[in-house]
Amino acid sequence: MTDHDSARMSSTGGTEGDETALLFTMCVIRDFEIEVQKLFAQGLVRATTHLYQGQEAVATGACSVLRPEDTMTCTYRGHGAVLAMGVSISRAFGELLGRAGGLCGGKGGSMHLTDTKSGAMGSNAIVGAHLPIANGLAFAARYRGSSAVSLCFFGDGATNIGAFHESLNLAGIWRLPVVFVCENNLYGEYSPVRSTTPIGRLADRAASYGMPGVQVDGNDVIAVREATANAVARARDGAGPTMIEAMTYRIVGHSRSDPGAYRPPGELAQWTERDPIAHSVRRLQAVGHSITTLDSIRADAARRVKDASQIARQWPAPGSDSLHRQVYV
Amino acid sequence: MTELTYRQAINSALDAELAADKDVFLLGEDIGAGGGVFKVTDGLHAKYGSGRVFDTPISEQAIVGCALGAAMQGLRPVAEIMFSDFTAVCFDQIANQVAKYRYMTDGQVAVPLTIRMATGAGGGFGSQHSQSAEQWLLNVPGIKIVVPSTPSDAYWMLRSAIRDPNPVLYFEHKLLYGRKGEIAQLDQVPPLGTTGVGRNGRDLTILASQLMLFYALEAAKTLDDEGISAEVLDAKVLRPLDVSGIRDSVARTHRLLIVQEAPALGSWGSSVVAELVNGQHPPYPHQIKMLTGADTPIPYAAELEAAYLPSAARIVAASRSLVRPDA
Repeated sequence: MTDHDSARMSSTGGTEGDETALLFTMCVIRDFEIEVQKLFAQGLVRATTHLYQGQEAVATGACSVLRPEDTMTCTYRGHGAVLAMGVSISRAFGELLGRAGGLCGGKGGSMHLTDTKSGAMGSNAIVGAHLPIANGLAFAARYRGSSAVSLCFFGDGATNIGAFHESLNLAGIWRLPVVFVCENNLYGEYSPVRSTTPIGRLADRAASYGMPGVQVDGNDVIAVREATANAVARARDGAGPTMIEAMTYRIVGHSRSDPGAYRPPGELAQWTERDPIAHSVRRLQAVGHSITTLDSIRADAARRVKDASQIARQWPAPGSDSLHRQVYV
Repeated sequence: MTELTYRQAINSALDAELAADKDVFLLGEDIGAGGGVFKVTDGLHAKYGSGRVFDTPISEQAIVGCALGAAMQGLRPVAEIMFSDFTAVCFDQIANQVAKYRYMTDGQVAVPLTIRMATGAGGGFGSQHSQSAEQWLLNVPGIKIVVPSTPSDAYWMLRSAIRDPNPVLYFEHKLLYGRKGEIAQLDQVPPLGTTGVGRNGRDLTILASQLMLFYALEAAKTLDDEGISAEVLDAKVLRPLDVSGIRDSVARTHRLLIVQEAPALGSWGSSVVAELVNGQHPPYPHQIKMLTGADTPIPYAAELEAAYLPSAARIVAASRSLVRPDA
């Protein structure tokens, strides 16, 4: 690990919440995912990975409003959210590489990145399964009289699984301090959301569970940040949960085996125009940041990712003695 | 000495742990003011209030997931799943989440939660409320599975389960709730333990749990009259499975009869057999027989359910055929 082994910019002088810091985090996530693609192609990352390119503004904006005592749970497309919590980038790489120094000692892999010290309480490989758990984290906070909030990311596909409905119902009836963030990237795996879901606005589902349903531009990091800040403040005040639907798009396939052939012509190009990083850069330039400053932020992010990857690749595999550890306490 | 019913013993254990540790709380369907469908939590809501003992919607995934998230933060939830058959609707939360969370995160969290549920046949509840669902979860490392039989074990094993840093599935046999027994007076809560001894004997070992344990004890009395001395073991902890006590007993009696409500395939009894014979060379030197529930769903009608289940008479017959095959 280096001193700057995090997607959070603060150690290099930025202020959290300042859009330059958010840009930095988004760039780290983007570069991390591109590096993962390379590592996968080299056979160093096993099985599959679910990449986050195009959706960086959602995790970055939402996680940026959390306090150290808050918790975050996410999906198997979770590299971005976990990095946005400020975990060690090298240890995240280490986990994907199956190294002893990985966040989970090589036992979790791409779909289970977890770093509880950073509040990243788990990435889950079962669609919707972490929503009940997010409730439990929120319940524990309230039981102990803490004002901590539980932030929970999931995809559009999860809104059709039973655990989603059980969880929003329970959170609604108990007014739990949870913020449910649905990342609607228009596809549940390979299937367009309109072919699997009979309503157009997923945020409308919140009404059934007595909570506000807010739709937001998920490719605008400031818009996501503001919507999440409102929902988090509401949860902290004891006013209960909120569901946010962040409209976004993954500019890569569902997983490593998916070339995305099901996309209609022109859709990808249209969303690439609305790339969250480019969007942020344009806005920062408009308020007077020089392109040189912004380029140096991007270069700094790229350097951190490259350094972290190099460090992690040198770590050893877990010893076979670790196989039987942590099954039971 | 205190005599309690199995139901009272469980209630007293919950009471004791709620009193001992503010991090303990109870959640489940109708367990609050209603006291639970089997009245196991009766009075606890009145004593500890809605902040510690509370009702949930009929949402088993939400119940178990909420307990898991809370346990990850160091609380000690005790969730009730009304019938063990309903683990099927929260199987993901138990098998993929609760059981694996510690391992997948390389020990970043512990999951000190207890899930209580009513299990077992014999009460005419039909196919979806009578199964011994503990079998379904045997193949899942990371959880503990306990099946207490006596009121004393029900009391101490529940207190132990709640204090255990691991997730414990605690199965309560619904036909035992009214059965009375002395509660052992102990200075401290013991660990969950392994196999218990129901009675000692020389000629064969009968291994059973819960309702079948009492049938086995009844059968052993009949066998006494026939001059057959049966040792009866109580399989209290099914996972982790420690067969050392069983192995020692069978080394003396040379005959093992396993009695269980569930069908044989994929069951705990089959797992005991596998543990005993695995790696034995030359072939296993003792006789083994399994007396199990029929390989059918559990039927409703009294006559059909009786035909499904092992009985004391069938245990006597099976024991006799093991000890005196030529008679």
